[in-house]
Amino acid sequence: MVNLISRLGAQVIEQCEHLGHLTVFLLRVVSKLFVFPFRYRAVLQQLHFIGAKSTFVIVLASITIGLALGLNLYVEFSRLGVQDRLGSAVALSLIRELGPVFTALMVMGRAGSAMCAEVGIMRSDEQLDALECMAIDPYKFLMVPKFWATLVSVPLLVAIADVVGIFGGYLAGVVIFDVPSGAYWLGVYGSIEWFHLNMGFVKSLVFALIIVWIATGKGFLLHLDKQGNYGAEGVSRVTTQAVVMGSVLILFANFLVSAILVA
Amino acid sequence: MTDKTDTTPIIEVEKLTTHYGDRLILDELDLSVNRGEVMVIMGASGSGKSTLLRTLLGLNKPSSGRVSIMGTEVTSVSQKELYRLRRNIGVAFQGGALFGNLSLIENVQLPLKEHTNLDENTIRIMSRMKLDMMNLSGFDELMPSELSGGMVKRAALARAIVMDPELMFFDEPSAGLDPVVAAELDEYILELKKSLDMTIVIVTHELQSALRIADRITVLDKGKMVITGTVDEVKQSDNLHVQNLLNRRPSRQQLSPEEYLEMLTRVQAARPHRGHIDG
Amino acid sequence: MAKLKVEFFVGLFVIAGLVAVSYMAVKMGDVGLFDRQSTYTLVGRFDSVSGLKEGAAVEMAGVRVGKVSSITFDGERFEAVVTMEIPNHIQLTIDSVASIRTTGIIGDKYIKVTIGGDEDFLQPGDEFEQTESSLDIEELISKFIFKAEQDS
Repeated sequence: MVNLISRLGAQVIEQCEHLGHLTVFLLRVVSKLFVFPFRYRAVLQQLHFIGAKSTFVIVLASITIGLALGLNLYVEFSRLGVQDRLGSAVALSLIRELGPVFTALMVMGRAGSAMCAEVGIMRSDEQLDALECMAIDPYKFLMVPKFWATLVSVPLLVAIADVVGIFGGYLAGVVIFDVPSGAYWLGVYGSIEWFHLNMGFVKSLVFALIIVWIATGKGFLLHLDKQGNYGAEGVSRVTTQAVVMGSVLILFANFLVSAILVA
Repeated sequence: MTDKTDTTPIIEVEKLTTHYGDRLILDELDLSVNRGEVMVIMGASGSGKSTLLRTLLGLNKPSSGRVSIMGTEVTSVSQKELYRLRRNIGVAFQGGALFGNLSLIENVQLPLKEHTNLDENTIRIMSRMKLDMMNLSGFDELMPSELSGGMVKRAALARAIVMDPELMFFDEPSAGLDPVVAAELDEYILELKKSLDMTIVIVTHELQSALRIADRITVLDKGKMVITGTVDEVKQSDNLHVQNLLNRRPSRQQLSPEEYLEMLTRVQAARPHRGHIDG
Repeated sequence: MAKLKVEFFVGLFVIAGLVAVSYMAVKMGDVGLFDRQSTYTLVGRFDSVSGLKEGAAVEMAGVRVGKVSSITFDGERFEAVVTMEIPNHIQLTIDSVASIRTTGIIGDKYIKVTIGGDEDFLQPGDEFEQTESSLDIEELISKFIFKAEQDS
């Protein structure tokens, strides 16, 4: 019994320690976000990887989400005779919740895992140590461009996802079923206010920070991971951890931001 | 080979103690390296030699003791000062630590691009000179994944010397290489010492290359220094541990030189664990 | 060449993102980039505006012409004060009626403006003289049930 309790305690201590390391990591990067020189080329490359290359899959995902949303809501709404409200229902749920959450989860899975593995390999191959020894700050050299690129990419991707999703809803409601096109757009334009757009924007920024923080942090702190080996196995383990932890944090933060902004 | 004008050691280590968690890794270690010499730090796995190297480089923080390199207190100095010091230090890591997304020449150019305001042409010429020294001319655009093990080591060496450092560190230079390539690498290191007048510190468990290139050898065991001295001094030491390390014998059993060599090459095949605890 | 490719795709991505952002901001967030100074405000006082929201439509003859910009409560007269934005080119006579209507049974509330026959027009900031409050469905139903009980 005592043994069991101490094992639980050890786990908690270890997790707290890990969280502490991650927090220190975040603070270090954030403190260097605005330090010159600005690495324009590196940010560009990361924008390409995190943003541009994610666009296609985000468009694909959000159009199907919009379609599914349109179909389901239409079935319910037509029973009540309020098909005309389809536009606003689709737009509201996309802009406030589904757009940011789905985009963030996709980016976490696609770019987040890759970033985590990349940084993890750099840690296990001593590339990060090599940078240090060349008097190059790995935070500034590697992390800051990734942070900037993610913070710029995710809101843009969310905006694209929202618009494409709304178009998907249009396809379902207007093209497949019989919602009048005007009613759909009126619903979209009429129901969305600044508040909703703001909420989506705040969420996308928060999610972007979570994605890049957990992904790079987990990789960066690979050597402090006590659960096992250091090499390729360690990289794959922390990458999995990062995706799971990042996704859970995104969902949790989504609820939190909704609660704070609505209340 | 010692610099006549400056007789103070380039590296001074005093009572250095480090822990990994609760485990004692280095135990009140003293060490000094003179300018212009090749110091080889030897020891078996777990002897603390990799930790010593990392602490010298400022990558690990010691529990107590001091490390002074070229007059800079590595253990207590600010990040900025540490970075300034490191510009005069080259490090060749065990696995090369080349950046996978940069080509060979970009890897070598990186320190110059980051730390100097030289124009592209000068940087290209300087990095090509170093690549040529390491016999890597013509491979500029290859990616690290396309290089052989020996080429990776030489490329890492080229990158380490591109800023013309006064002091070079090598972590297991011959690990993972076949004996011929390893011997070649030893020659490169000796050439560096001769042509660039560098002080070189090598961490290795490779006896053969240690005897070939060292001016002085330091032997570590369980975080303590067993002996430090010239190659001959170490060879003649009657310390049991040193003799065991030299002869690779567990007990009385005598080995012929051939058997001895065979054993050395056998050990080479096993790459040590590259963790933080020790390698 | 690879350099150019990266820059091209990043540029494309950023443009697509910004187009999406500005589309939402202008069309949905009503950032009045194009119609900023072309409206004037009118005020209507209602006994009840239950269900009416800021941003709701103001319609004439079934066409959306303006929107509700604010809804406040007048604590002295216990009335709801609704401010509406009407385009400058639409002139309303002073005997126009503003009534709150619903699209469908549980749909959105909007304000329907019916034009009168007077020769004078409402000036910016003026109040509608006649208003009709929103129909309260619960009230209607209870009235109906009450009447049905009396009849029986």
